[in-house]
Amino acid sequence: MPGVMDIKRKIKSVQNTQKITKAMKMVSAARMRKAEEAMNDARAYANKIYELCCNMAEKVDSESHPFLAEKAEVKNVCLAIITSDKGLCGAFNSNVLKKTIAFINENPDKNIKFVMVGKKGNDAFGRRGNEVLEKYITFGGRITYDEAGEIGDKLVEYFMNEEVDEIYTIHNEFKSTSVQVGKITKVLPLSFEAKEAADDSVDYIYEPKADALLKEIMPRYINFTVFFAILESIAGEHGARMIAMDNASRNAGDLVKKLELQFNKARQAAITTEILDIVNGAEALN
Amino acid sequence: MADTIRLELVTPERMILSEDVEEVIAPGVEGDLGVLPEHAPLLTALRVGELGYRTGKQTDYVAIVGGGFLEVNDNKVIVLADDAELGQEINLDEAIERKLKAEQNLDKERKADEKAFKEAEVRLMKELTSVQIAEKYRR
Repeated sequence: MPGVMDIKRKIKSVQNTQKITKAMKMVSAARMRKAEEAMNDARAYANKIYELCCNMAEKVDSESHPFLAEKAEVKNVCLAIITSDKGLCGAFNSNVLKKTIAFINENPDKNIKFVMVGKKGNDAFGRRGNEVLEKYITFGGRITYDEAGEIGDKLVEYFMNEEVDEIYTIHNEFKSTSVQVGKITKVLPLSFEAKEAADDSVDYIYEPKADALLKEIMPRYINFTVFFAILESIAGEHGARMIAMDNASRNAGDLVKKLELQFNKARQAAITTEILDIVNGAEALN
Repeated sequence: MADTIRLELVTPERMILSEDVEEVIAPGVEGDLGVLPEHAPLLTALRVGELGYRTGKQTDYVAIVGGGFLEVNDNKVIVLADDAELGQEINLDEAIERKLKAEQNLDKERKADEKAFKEAEVRLMKELTSVQIAEKYRR
């Protein structure tokens, strides 16, 4: 039976931890709101650029641009794994890592190269003798379009140099605050659903020609895909951390309650023994 | 026949503008182009430059920094720009400072490799556009 003081110390320590988790929850909640806003702001652009790409891709021959042409034989695959830099966010990172492992297992015949966005992915896959093409670690939970553009440009470069034949991103899709799902998106070669656009297809005047325009728009589309994936991941990370920290705070509360009960019992036991001692002592005097 | 056309300007980071206007003048890659209400569907790439839009007698300007695309469809002009700044929001002094920095940078890169020089040139052009537009608002 631990002493009264020991229990008291334990309670204090748990309460301190609870303070930290509560603070982290608040911070994450605020950051998540911001990240979610950024994501919603980007959504208008997302819809539009996808629509335009679909529309144009339909007009040009898929052989006309290397971004659109599927490789006959896919040997080297690049996975861009988007994770968080910090932990303490529940199953957030393991969502992505599990997806990645599943992908690797499904494609045993392919040579997989990695691009790491976020520290946790690198921790998991960077050290197992895997080929890591590029590492982006210190963007610290915030990202500008320019920074994402750099990543996108690098991916395009690898693709054009024929170092890789296909590029995928794996990131957490932001469904809601509490639900994030690991998602694999094919980045290159691009494939647009031409069918969807066919119904309400508009005959645009293209200036310059459609294929020249497409050349301009596709790198942007790729950069934007990367940008949006990272935005989603950031919003998801904060959401996941908020939930994780909320749970931690609640667990700490439960623990404190349990410890307090123990403390009270121990205190009462101590009092009882003391009274018994006094009574016995008084008895002995008679 | 509508007398206004909807202008929407979005960048990857935010929606900058959504307004009914009477005319849009945009910096297309093959020359500036004006878009009036009921324009035929059009799709074009934009270069770095200023985009003007007129409502009544008032003309406002936006700096398109970074190029982008313009789509006209369904009496709507949608501009997808890499980056853009509203004329009213540009601080002239800051813009001039940035421009000077870009100029110095250009001089430095002149001797270095061609790619860096090109990049510096584009950056200067962006800053120049910002300054020009900001000056319009100073008056």
